[in-house]
Amino acid sequence: MSTLTATPETRGADPGRNVLEARNLVKSYGHVVALDGVDFELRAGEILAVVGDNGAGKSTLIKTLTGAVVPDSGEILLDGQPVHFKGPLDARHRGIEAVYQDLAVAPALDIPSNLFLGRELLSLGLLGSVFRRLDKRRMREEAERAMAELKFRLPSIASRVENLSGGQRQGVAVARAAVFARKLVIMDEPTAALGVRETGQVLELIRNIRDRGLPVVLISHNMPNVFELADRIFIMRLGRRAAVVSPKTHTMADVVAIMTGAVKVEAG
Amino acid sequence: MQTSHRDRSRHASSQLAISCAVFALAFGLVGATGVSYAQEGAIVGLVTKTEVNPFFVKMRQAAEAEAKAKGLTLIARAGKFDGDNEGQVAAIEDLISAGAKGILVTPNNSSGMLNVIKKARDAGVLVIALDTATDPADAVDATFATDNFQAGVQQGAYAKAALGDKKPVIAMLDGTPGGTVDTFRHDGFLKGFGIAEGDPAIAGAAITNGAQDKGQIGMENLLSKNGDINVVYTINEPAAAGGYAALKSFGKENDVILTSIDGGCAGVRNVKAGIIAATVMQFPYKMASMGVDAVAEYAASGKKPSGFVDTGSYLITDKPMPGLDSKDSEWGLQNCWGD
Amino acid sequence: MSSATPSAPDPDAGLLSRTKAIPAIGPVLVLLAFCLVFAITNPRFLAPHNLSIILQQTIVVGTLAIGQTLVILTAGIDLAVGAVCVLGTIVAGKLVNLGYDPMLSMLFAVILCTLSGLVAGALVSRLDLPPFIVTLGTLGILTAALRLISKGGAFPVQDDFLGLTGNTFRVGSFVLTYGVLAMLLLYAVVWYLLNETRWGRHVYAIGNNPEAARLVGIPVRLHLLQVYALAGLIYGITAWLALGRIPNADPNALQTANLDSITAVVIGGTSLFGGRGGLVGTLIGALIVGVLRNGLTLAGIDPLWQDLVTGILVIVAVAFDQLSRRRR
Repeated sequence: MSTLTATPETRGADPGRNVLEARNLVKSYGHVVALDGVDFELRAGEILAVVGDNGAGKSTLIKTLTGAVVPDSGEILLDGQPVHFKGPLDARHRGIEAVYQDLAVAPALDIPSNLFLGRELLSLGLLGSVFRRLDKRRMREEAERAMAELKFRLPSIASRVENLSGGQRQGVAVARAAVFARKLVIMDEPTAALGVRETGQVLELIRNIRDRGLPVVLISHNMPNVFELADRIFIMRLGRRAAVVSPKTHTMADVVAIMTGAVKVEAG
Repeated sequence: MQTSHRDRSRHASSQLAISCAVFALAFGLVGATGVSYAQEGAIVGLVTKTEVNPFFVKMRQAAEAEAKAKGLTLIARAGKFDGDNEGQVAAIEDLISAGAKGILVTPNNSSGMLNVIKKARDAGVLVIALDTATDPADAVDATFATDNFQAGVQQGAYAKAALGDKKPVIAMLDGTPGGTVDTFRHDGFLKGFGIAEGDPAIAGAAITNGAQDKGQIGMENLLSKNGDINVVYTINEPAAAGGYAALKSFGKENDVILTSIDGGCAGVRNVKAGIIAATVMQFPYKMASMGVDAVAEYAASGKKPSGFVDTGSYLITDKPMPGLDSKDSEWGLQNCWGD
Repeated sequence: MSSATPSAPDPDAGLLSRTKAIPAIGPVLVLLAFCLVFAITNPRFLAPHNLSIILQQTIVVGTLAIGQTLVILTAGIDLAVGAVCVLGTIVAGKLVNLGYDPMLSMLFAVILCTLSGLVAGALVSRLDLPPFIVTLGTLGILTAALRLISKGGAFPVQDDFLGLTGNTFRVGSFVLTYGVLAMLLLYAVVWYLLNETRWGRHVYAIGNNPEAARLVGIPVRLHLLQVYALAGLIYGITAWLALGRIPNADPNALQTANLDSITAVVIGGTSLFGGRGGLVGTLIGALIVGVLRNGLTLAGIDPLWQDLVTGILVIVAVAFDQLSRRRR
């Protein structure tokens, strides 16, 4: 990686196009069928919320999309091309980044170090190629620029992450995924560990990411958050897609009803 | 960035508070111990193997008393554990820096500190080995020590005489294999007993590190191996006490001649109680006070002692054997070291 | 963003949470404090000869503490530092005394030490065994093995190459040994590794939050293996430095080097919980211990006070770390 672009390839893409698509995914653990033929599509420039009761298969679906789990059958298409992820690194190399519920940051390191963790920039010339020297200044400048572009404000870019609030810390993890993702970001309950005010900061950040053209898959239990943020809501039940609805046409009660099986909807 | 500056200054002030506390600690330390750099008389350094062994405690007490009497300043240092060459080397270096006139050292390892001893002597410091000789012995100006080989011989000769005509079956409770003193005492015992290393009369040996618990374990194992053991050599009296506990648990305490070396008061009391048949007493206070005297003499007249000076050893037993010089436990209790 | 303004004070920006902002400033102040007091107590303390001596006395524990720092930064601990170093001195000494080429003998000894680190690293990273237990086991195995090899005895090692690091050179009125130079050089190299390269950044990340490190794609197990192997390599080099200081291979030597090196690391401000601290602090920590020992002797104070003061410093350092962590 030569430089931090923070400009997704999907920016300005045709809004109706499917960035990520999955067809007929099946995954079972012994007798337990976690995914029972799931179809899934994420469109360019949208926030797609994935909801479902515990055990509905959300987490297995996400794991197959991030490469952590290999499905028994079915196919995954990225930009229309079939892909086979052998592991999370594989998915990352193809431009898919993930954010997790627990704060995946190194608290004693500063913000640029966390942002570039595992992808540090080296100095140019011999210093970098022979002496493997980190280019701290460039990382710092890039980090500052990326944070400004994402409109995520922090007390000082040189702060250690442990001196930030919980929301700011998770913001760093979200920003890390956003600036390195070329195709899409998958967020697994990113605000579950946060308070109300801090959640607001992170939601704002997620919206900014979408507005810059990067599609987001958001897994959440928090219905108000989902309705505040999502363009479409993907509802799972018993290892299948129960429905995909729009927050504009459906209420929270509708979604919960579909989730729990009180109302049946034709998939699609 | 504003925050960052403020944090730094706040942070610096907290560091200041800490450093003030450390200053107070450091000054308090110097004040509390009441010894500041206001020395009359020449400095004599004492570097013992360890800090806690009563043998070295006695040595230090005697050196302190003698230094006071002669108007010298004693600085005592020690290794942290048996074998701590690094600590003893550092101690000698520090004493050279402190301007010591003479250094008395009980080397943890006879060849481990030759370089630093040479450095000291080159700087005009008198170096005397106490208790343990260096290898080569002339690396130091002089050695004031028990002749450990001779002490071993006394122990062996007593065991031989006490056993009489019975067929010997010997257990060796050694200290730390390879240690200088350990080797001398071990070999001396065999010489005094009149046998060579590897003689079939030796039923077995155990490593005790001179400690009571390991002496007991070692003796238990040797007794399991051979129940006919009737003579026990021990490196020192704690090892002997451990050995006795094992003998007692095997019901053999009356059939075995348990011998030792050192002359610690606890050991002499064990002689008096009949637990140890005989021990060989050495005299740490003599080594230390003679050493301090030699440094005082050197400071005054520039005269150096030389060679090996035997500070003597006495057989202590309440069951004397004909033909062997010995003192009884009453005399021993008046001349022993430690508590 | 409405809730976070640039100048808003952090909710937890307390005094203690900021103490690590300037690396090792605390230990430096402590060191200066002691130096000042000892210089007042006895003017000999500041003599170039005496300062050189303190540096030389710091070589063995100070260099071992580099490896110890690496291991502790990954939230591990190494109890076998001294034993591995003694392994190096005994193997090199034995081979040279048997007539082998001194340079090859030393190289072989260093490789052996590196391998021992590699084995410990493999047990820690592959089998997920606690570092405390692995290195405690290594300590026991090596101590026994070395006494068996050497039949319990120490032996002199008189060889020009093995003793090379004890040779002196002059810088102004300071007479230093090559061992001192080697120690400082090692500090510089490993400092660079830790602070200026990806590798070092990942050491901190792993010590800080191994799960986060794994999630961003750092090969945590491999990295741990490398850390322990590098530490072993450093202990092996220390063996060479130790032979320069005392030309004697002794299986009973350096029994307290594990605790002494941990002391230097902790006084230097590195957290036993991993991920915080660094090498500058460790060097200062090692010097603090050396200055205390030397200064107290020069002041004519019983050196037992050294252990007491060192003990206080260790507790203060750890309490400090704990408090600053709890504030978060």
